[in-house]
Amino acid sequence: MVSLNLLIAVCLGYVAVLFLVAFGAERAALRGRAAWLRSPLVYTLSLSIYCTAWTFYGAVGYAARSGMEYLTIYIGPSLVMVGWFWAVRKLVRIGRSQNITSVADLISSRYGKSTLLAVLVTLLAVVGTTPYIALQLQSVTLSVASFSQADATARPLPDQNSTAFWVAAGLAFFTVLFGTRNLDANERHHGVVMAIAVEAVVKLFALLAVGVFVVWGIGGGIGETLARIDASPLGEWHVVPDRWLALSALSAAAFLCLPRMFQVMVVENEEEGHLRTAAWAFPLYLMLMSLFVVPIAVMGLDVLPAGANPDLFVLSLPLAEGRSNLALFSFIGGFSSATSMVIVASIALSTMVSNHIVMPIWLSRQAGGAMVSGDVRYVVILARRLSIIGVLALGYLYYRISGGGAALAAIGLISFSGVAQFLPALLGGLFWRGANRIGALAGLIVGGLIWLWCLFLPSFGPDMILSSGTMTEGPFGLGWLRPYALFGIVGLDSLVHGVFWSLLLNTVVFVMASLATFPTPMERLQGAQFVNIFDHSAATRGWSGGMAQSEDLMIMAQRILGATEAQALFRQAARAQGLQGYLPEPTSDFLQMLERELSGSVGAATAHAMIGQITGGANVSVEDLLAVADETAQIMEHSSQLEAKSDELARTARQLRAANEKLTALSVQKDAFLSQISHELRTPMTSIRAFSEILRDTDTLDAAEKTKYADIIHGEAVRLTRLLDDLLDLSVLENGQVRMNIAPGRLRPILDHAIAASGVDRGRLTIQTGGALETEIATDRDRLAQVFINLIANAQKYCDARTPVLTIAAREMEGLLIVDFTDNGTGVAADAQDMIFEKFSRIGHQQAGGAGLGLAICREIMVRLGGSITYLPGQQGAAFRLTLPLRDAMAAQ
Amino acid sequence: MSERRGPLFLGRVSYRQRRLADAARLMPVLGAILMALPLLWPRAGEAGTPPTSVAMIYIFGVWTLLTVLAALLSHWLDPTFDAATREEPPAEAGDPARGD
Repeated sequence: MVSLNLLIAVCLGYVAVLFLVAFGAERAALRGRAAWLRSPLVYTLSLSIYCTAWTFYGAVGYAARSGMEYLTIYIGPSLVMVGWFWAVRKLVRIGRSQNITSVADLISSRYGKSTLLAVLVTLLAVVGTTPYIALQLQSVTLSVASFSQADATARPLPDQNSTAFWVAAGLAFFTVLFGTRNLDANERHHGVVMAIAVEAVVKLFALLAVGVFVVWGIGGGIGETLARIDASPLGEWHVVPDRWLALSALSAAAFLCLPRMFQVMVVENEEEGHLRTAAWAFPLYLMLMSLFVVPIAVMGLDVLPAGANPDLFVLSLPLAEGRSNLALFSFIGGFSSATSMVIVASIALSTMVSNHIVMPIWLSRQAGGAMVSGDVRYVVILARRLSIIGVLALGYLYYRISGGGAALAAIGLISFSGVAQFLPALLGGLFWRGANRIGALAGLIVGGLIWLWCLFLPSFGPDMILSSGTMTEGPFGLGWLRPYALFGIVGLDSLVHGVFWSLLLNTVVFVMASLATFPTPMERLQGAQFVNIFDHSAATRGWSGGMAQSEDLMIMAQRILGATEAQALFRQAARAQGLQGYLPEPTSDFLQMLERELSGSVGAATAHAMIGQITGGANVSVEDLLAVADETAQIMEHSSQLEAKSDELARTARQLRAANEKLTALSVQKDAFLSQISHELRTPMTSIRAFSEILRDTDTLDAAEKTKYADIIHGEAVRLTRLLDDLLDLSVLENGQVRMNIAPGRLRPILDHAIAASGVDRGRLTIQTGGALETEIATDRDRLAQVFINLIANAQKYCDARTPVLTIAAREMEGLLIVDFTDNGTGVAADAQDMIFEKFSRIGHQQAGGAGLGLAICREIMVRLGGSITYLPGQQGAAFRLTLPLRDAMAAQ
Repeated sequence: MSERRGPLFLGRVSYRQRRLADAARLMPVLGAILMALPLLWPRAGEAGTPPTSVAMIYIFGVWTLLTVLAALLSHWLDPTFDAATREEPPAEAGDPARGD
């Protein structure tokens, strides 16, 4: 016989082993040697927290009462996992890419990071899960009690509640220790997952051991066992079709929606590829868990005295057969099932409660919002620890209040149907872009209320909360509101009735409200992200930065992620932006990245709110709207804007390039000019010095020689003067200090004067004039003549034709007088054309001296005269066009 | 003649992968149908009601079959296929199964 003391010792020893496993796994993960922690097998085994004590003990009881119907609870999840390609894969991908921390976080993220929705989901999850935790406490208490009954030497337990209390307290301690060790960026708990995997193995082998013992030890082999099954009260196939279908669907829905399942399946998932193993291994696990249930139930009914609790057959059968070691193993299996469920459920719930209820309240109570000093991490961890303790305390209270009776046994399915209310919002959010926040809220509220009214409140039993009068007559005599016969439809099984109406109306309201209302931009953004997750896994929800201060963000991030981690993160981001130091530019990309990191710690809605406080709440920019809207028009508008922008950029770049080339050429020219001008100044100065020295030092010079040398000196001095005059002239013109002597006159006399002054008749150049030479103009005749002379002199100097001819043609056009100077030389090379009017510009390196100031002076003069001078390309020679305003035009001014 | 029997189109591998993905999507449908079939059996009190042992063998048989099929499918499905389909020109853009 197993004494109670031994039982307690074994329990404590088992818990100690779990501690060691969890501790070792955390250590290994910290040292980065956790490859084996990340195996698909561990992932699959961690999913087994679906099988709680309700499975371990309750399935046999269920089978003893209702035959094969218990299988529905395992068929539903098996089908979900076998069909992983639909929903689970998408859930996991979204969970990983958006750093989702819980089912409430997922739903709130999908619907525009709505805090209200997160709170609602959290409340419903707490209400739905608390009875389930109570159920686990009850199962441990009952199993301990069954040992104490068998142990004659044991003192009778003074109060079964003390067992439940100590179990709850121990679990709270374990969960606080390993569940809130650190605020992991991705919320993974290696220690806990590893402990759960070990517990999964223990409970599977415990149940299999009892099953093998029953089939081969008591039953006498497979064939005989099957024969005994057929001969038993369970021998006939008598499932109820509506319950079979409804329960299969319900368990499938609950598998996706249960907070603890979401925790292990999505949040703790290390790698999407693990699903490929879990897709077949988890159904296999469930099949093995349910394989021996019917044989155990049949043998229990057969062997044990009538009135024995079928929920404890797994324990009482080996005890009755005197196999106390097997019974002990079975007890450990049941203990494992209960503890692993409670641990994960309380972690999942505490994450939800702290992220979606405690943190938002705490943040809103802080005057400075997210900007107050101090480390928020302690607040988050404390909130989480208190939430864990709170959740377990609630479970314990529920157990005490409900009395731990048979009412509790039925609560499993009611709990399932409670969390199944998330399903429309969840699946709608995954697959339907049109699903919106209003729809999700409305659906959840309607479904939750019907669930409360039809399933949860009646589950306490008649006259506990709802009076029996209300049950039979409806509230206030409204018959169509009877909890088990909504709308007057009677005859349905109460569970099927509740599940059917709550999920149906939930879905209908969800769809209708989504169709009838408009989503916010943020919802549309997130909707596109979630529904099309496989098209673009990269997040594009945008922050319009600029208003956010990197330093403020850093202060906040340090408090949530920890100083070292936050600094590393910021430094990395700054480096990625090509900046030194710790403060990156608050670009949209950076803010997104930061928000994702933060949401791993405090949930999407809170992280969004915190960054929103610092960035000034500008959370959706026009670019985001364009990104989310795949309507063609908007895309096209967007791309045409881009095109225009890039055209503009290309144009600016071209202009800049041209300007740069010009500047470079100018600088080269200036250098060349400086050397030229020093040369120009130096040559006359050298000869002046040389000849003046001769004049001074040589006494034997005759008069003719003296005159000659003096002439040379004079000539050179004149050349110097001219050069300096030119420079001065240009400088005066450029500074606008010159006054123009505007007087009316005809063109011809000015031109004739210029031709005469340039001494063409002495050179080879022939000049042909023609056109409207008699035109009256008002201008500074001397200055205009200077331009003409310059152009004629240029033709004299540069025209390289055998018989150089300069054609000067004048005509009137559109209020302008146009005078073209065209020679028959080779003209100016194309690459020099835009340079010739610049100062110091000299075309080529011709022998024909000149300082390169002539055309620059011409341009300045023409501008002063209200006209222009341009080079006219393509004229078979050098061609300059002068334009001057006509006299009328001048007069009109 | 035998030389002409080479592959007719080049996207053989990705085509096979897409059909395997279809099969993976159909698995829960197949499972649901097979698991719902017992509802058509005569129930307790009617003539020809099958004994529970037969129901057990059927249901656990179906369960095993589903497990084996799922294992085979996940073995054949290429984990990198996701990325491969996207780079491919949308040859089967009209394929409704790729809508997700």
